[in-house]
Amino acid sequence: MSSAPAISARDVRREYRMGNALIRAVNGISLDIASGEFVALLGASGSGKSTLLNLIAGLDRPTSGSMTVNGRELARMSAEELARYRRHTVGMVFQAFNLIPTMTLLENVELPMRFAEVDRGERAARAQEALERVGLSARVTHRPMELSGGEQQRASIARALVNRPSLLLADEPTGNLDSRTGEEIMDYLRECHDAQGLTVLLVTHERPLADRYAQRVLTLADGSLVDDTRVPATAAPVQRGER
Amino acid sequence: MKAHDVVELAARNLRESVLRNSLTTIGIAVGVASLVAMLSLGIGLQQLANRRLTRSGLFNTVVVMPRDLDRGPSRRDQPSTPARPLDDTAIAEIRRVAHVAEVTPEMRFMAEARYGDKSRFIMVAALPPSARDREAFDGMTGKFFSSPEAEEAILESDFAKELAPDPKSLLGKDIVLQYAERGGTPNTASSATPKSGDNEEGSTVGELIASGFSVARREKALRVVGITEHEPTVGFGGMGRSRVFVPTALTAKMNVMLGSDLREMVRTSYRGRAYMALSVRIDAPSQVQPAEDAIKKMGFSTFSLLDATRSLRRFFTILDMFLGIFGSLALAVALLGIVNTLVMAILERRREIGIMKAIGAGDADVKMLFFAEAGVMGLCGGLIGVTLGWAIGRAINIGTNVYLKRMDMTPETFWLVPWWLVVAALAFAVIVSLGSGIYPASRAAKLDPVQALRYE
Repeated sequence: MSSAPAISARDVRREYRMGNALIRAVNGISLDIASGEFVALLGASGSGKSTLLNLIAGLDRPTSGSMTVNGRELARMSAEELARYRRHTVGMVFQAFNLIPTMTLLENVELPMRFAEVDRGERAARAQEALERVGLSARVTHRPMELSGGEQQRASIARALVNRPSLLLADEPTGNLDSRTGEEIMDYLRECHDAQGLTVLLVTHERPLADRYAQRVLTLADGSLVDDTRVPATAAPVQRGER
Repeated sequence: MKAHDVVELAARNLRESVLRNSLTTIGIAVGVASLVAMLSLGIGLQQLANRRLTRSGLFNTVVVMPRDLDRGPSRRDQPSTPARPLDDTAIAEIRRVAHVAEVTPEMRFMAEARYGDKSRFIMVAALPPSARDREAFDGMTGKFFSSPEAEEAILESDFAKELAPDPKSLLGKDIVLQYAERGGTPNTASSATPKSGDNEEGSTVGELIASGFSVARREKALRVVGITEHEPTVGFGGMGRSRVFVPTALTAKMNVMLGSDLREMVRTSYRGRAYMALSVRIDAPSQVQPAEDAIKKMGFSTFSLLDATRSLRRFFTILDMFLGIFGSLALAVALLGIVNTLVMAILERRREIGIMKAIGAGDADVKMLFFAEAGVMGLCGGLIGVTLGWAIGRAINIGTNVYLKRMDMTPETFWLVPWWLVVAALAFAVIVSLGSGIYPASRAAKLDPVQALRYE
């Protein structure tokens, strides 16, 4: 592990009020994730793993505690700074793909670069290249609904990586896919991790998936971190294809 | 996000729900059209009234009289400059005053008019070339003088009927005017050099001219070119009951003896021809006051009606305001349409907004996007609306004029869309559309991405 952690959480809490009930979605979590690590956040639904991911993504702010990414305290950032952080530092992949249905794949992948004010020419070239890398160069003018789930997820990965972030956050990326396609997606994510030195955070409720792809599995229950296990480096290739 | 990206995204979002957005845009267009139509009606009517007033000559004419002529109650506000005769030097000087368009000496004289075996003793008045445009000649039979010195006459219609049972038969015929000619010339009177020839006789003639002039009866045949129903008014000296009108320059050339010649002759300081009054036409009603003041300073007495256009302007400002308010009602409804459309769009695109925020859109980006959508709808609606308003105006103008023509009246422009109204209406449409985009835009910007992404 490198000296300075990429992500560092200290007693992070996130509480909601639902009617009269106070829901502690994240209840005092402290953790450090090193740069370049592939980490799985494992937990049942409602364990707080997605909330934790949103806090790391800068989509949400902790009720208390500190969340530092690349040495910067997210809680102290303005809304505009957080947007810039999401734009340049974070790439997000969702269970529901979340491509914009009215836009073609190319336009979808171009969108983060519009927010980053990348010039039109460079934007088109980079989007094209990103889609080529995920094997969708023949589909750039298609709209998301005309594609299979796997293709959509690949496009969304292309979109997540197009601004060259250092952090890739994937929230149940295989949840809407059949197991074979899911495996393809996971393989691709690992490829990106290995090739680009990305820090990857994978949220999942499937232990085998976590064990197979992650270098480290963090288990959450009721908003707390209950387990932190490092997976041996050799484990993954052995188990491949056994799901 | 860059401005052209914002507009591009906004335009594609608008195209996505093309029906709803076109309906909203048409709403704005109708609003703008009604505003433009109402205001251009107001402006058109105002210009029409202004034009009429200007043509009547009542509000842009200053009557100039010599100050030492006691006509009615004396005024106390007279400046201390010496009184001067209204002679040709004075005319030349007044012509140089700013905004003076024309100076016409008032020339009226008694004459006997003969046509065939009929003869009448009548008043003849001289008309300047500019009188051609006066309203009185709008429906005249025949035409106006062909040139300022043409030996032509226009008859008043009652008088024409007296001369011939069918007045139209007079057109192209000659009538004979018998008038008094003023002998000698004012120029030799003021000139010190005696005429060549017999010295002794010359001095007698010179003396005679210096202290007066001779009067001789003359005749002149004039071609009748027009018959007018209405009497053209010139200022307020009035042409009252003049039966025959002749060109000013012709009158001067004919050397007709005028009433003022008699008046001037009895003065000790007789210096030659002077006029009873001058009509000074000013190029704009609003410039009457300064021109009048300038002429007063030169040592004359002046008279004009108050600037009626000022109260006219006030009336039309109020009228325009009311028309504007009525016109704006439709636009106000259309603006609610924008708010409604955009609020609906937020609900529909909640998830999309969440996605955009998750992949790096700032609050400002989202806000600008909705703002731009409102602006684009406003601009399109404005463009269509201005065109529509202009077309409505045109159609009504054409329709009214067809009707007027059928009623044998002269066509008029009621509806006027000046370029500034086009620009203002467009700007107004965009600005108020942006204004009504403020609430939806800030609502969209404030959307919590976590909530929005959860929304299905």
